[in-house]
Amino acid sequence: MIANIPPFAILILGAALVPFFRDRMKSIYVCMLPALAFWVITQLPYGEHLGVHFFGYDLTLLRVDKLSKIFGYIFTLNGFAAFLYAFYLKDNQQHMAALGYMGGALGVVFAGDLVTLYFFWEWMAVTSTFLILARKTKKAYGAGYRYVLMHLFGGLVLLAGIVLHVQSSGSVTFEHFATRGLASYLILFGILVNAAAPPFHAWLSDSYPEATVTGGIILSAYTTKTSVYTLIRGYAGYEVLIVIGCVMALYGIMYALLENDMRRILAYSIINQVGFMVCGVGIGTAMSLNGAAAHAFCHIIYKSLLWMSAGSVLYMTGKSKCTELGGLYKTMPWTMIFGTIGALAISSVPFTSGYTSKPLIIEAAVHEHWTWAWLVLEIASAGVFLHAGIKFPYFVFFNQDRGLRPGEPPHKTMLIAMGLMAFLCIFLGVYPDPLYAILPFDMPAHVPYTFGGVVKQFQLLMLSALAFFVFLKLLKRTDTIALDTDIFWRFGGRAFSWFMDKTLNGLNAICDAVFVKGLAGLVNAFFVNAPLRLTQLVLNPVLNGAQRDRLAKQFKAGVSPIGLSVAVSLLYLFGIIVFTMNR
Amino acid sequence: MSQKKEFDWFDHDKNRKLLWKLLFGTCALTLALEPFAHVHGHFGWDDFFGFSALLGFGSCAVLIILAKLMGYVLKVREDFYDR
Repeated sequence: MIANIPPFAILILGAALVPFFRDRMKSIYVCMLPALAFWVITQLPYGEHLGVHFFGYDLTLLRVDKLSKIFGYIFTLNGFAAFLYAFYLKDNQQHMAALGYMGGALGVVFAGDLVTLYFFWEWMAVTSTFLILARKTKKAYGAGYRYVLMHLFGGLVLLAGIVLHVQSSGSVTFEHFATRGLASYLILFGILVNAAAPPFHAWLSDSYPEATVTGGIILSAYTTKTSVYTLIRGYAGYEVLIVIGCVMALYGIMYALLENDMRRILAYSIINQVGFMVCGVGIGTAMSLNGAAAHAFCHIIYKSLLWMSAGSVLYMTGKSKCTELGGLYKTMPWTMIFGTIGALAISSVPFTSGYTSKPLIIEAAVHEHWTWAWLVLEIASAGVFLHAGIKFPYFVFFNQDRGLRPGEPPHKTMLIAMGLMAFLCIFLGVYPDPLYAILPFDMPAHVPYTFGGVVKQFQLLMLSALAFFVFLKLLKRTDTIALDTDIFWRFGGRAFSWFMDKTLNGLNAICDAVFVKGLAGLVNAFFVNAPLRLTQLVLNPVLNGAQRDRLAKQFKAGVSPIGLSVAVSLLYLFGIIVFTMNR
Repeated sequence: MSQKKEFDWFDHDKNRKLLWKLLFGTCALTLALEPFAHVHGHFGWDDFFGFSALLGFGSCAVLIILAKLMGYVLKVREDFYDR
């Protein structure tokens, strides 16, 4: 029985019923849906279920294995926490979009074939856009528009790859792409757009910070992590991903250091963190793939926590710029503590969840002798502490007191949700066994804690912290944004619009001037004036000045002598006949 | 009627100095513990005392300075796209 309930259906069909619930019941209802989906996933038997025959292809709507389950668990767990945080929110549009979006993500990770995967992929793009638009600001509308265009672009490339792949292989099943060719690389490109790999990453830092308080929390978890899932299943061992992952890890840090808006800092740190996972996929061993999955799991928790903490600050102060925030530890101590726990976890401080997941990837790089990749990942680890671990809490909660006294968020559920996530960050850091038990691939037992490892990690991190405070003057926030690759499609879009405006509308104007006003006017004037002119021409020898004026008036008034008109018309006809006969 | 005094521990210079000392102390402690930790490098060239500390401080210093330099080129006013 349970085998027949696809988890995505619970959320997507459940979303349709949201408007029928009122007040408190609505909040309870939306919390219960991901909880129910979580339970259903625990019960799902491994294997392929729900086969559908569609246009000659056998689709599998529900493929259950350890890889799909671990992502299913964290997607639903995070969904529950996000809705708990959003307990105060009674907005049908946001709840329905969020449920649809989460359902889409579950659809992707449980899809057994590329057609189903593509359908849910695009479904996610559309539903998530509403979480950005729901902010209802001019900036959000613009960002949402660019967001959906970028995803539709990525989706089209993905579709092109899928069509080519199905053509050549004759199968729609989604497995590891063993044959490397145009088809697999097009699909890879489509996935990497969603994974926010530079230079096609700026949709993330452009749009997530413009989303609503709760929308940002939800968005931070799903799109990039479904991409990580898809990469793990389809692209393990593609070495190019090591390069891309390392670029992402460093790129995210550099931009997070440049940014002033706290939610833009967090957005760039998603790119940095996904870089570690992409790198893990590229290394392609059981340990690195497990590392990518485990890191995605832990990342969703602490990144949600960080967005929740930033969301509370935004909710209470209406501000999100570091230049306007500071000193909030005085009146928002719990938000500060939870946010700091998230910041420590993202930095892989020992005894937090980041320390039990990320080293799997870094260790795998050592085992496979990827020396430069290992060095980049270590540098990036130090950099994470810099930009997310210290910079975010320092500039928001400490630094300079700007006279803000907002107080903790008035809704207790916001704090409870943060507390739950903070607890998980520490729990998985101290006792990672439950997480290791659900990892998808068989690998030799990993010992997360050795005295030497912990000392080395603390050395790396504490000296990074020292560098932060020594160079604090260089990190002084300015009221600016940093230009990123979205400038190409922002200005590119404007240039395209300008070009189209000038060429097409210019062509219109020319046509109007030449044909409508010019040529038609000439023809019109000719037919209006020709009889008079011809008459004047013929009668020129016999008319004096006064008679000529009278004739002109009579023609204009339409009262010229009938005989004269007929004579002129005949002459006209005669002329035409002669002219045509001569040809 | 007296208002409840605000918690402002981090604002006092005295406490900030203490935090600086703590920071230096912890950094020194992590280095002091290294001989007892039997730490080994992975590749040979990274097998010397305080490698992780050097990597942490050095790479962060480079990242910060690089970001500062990039800022001169990339930072623009907030309303750059709105004009």
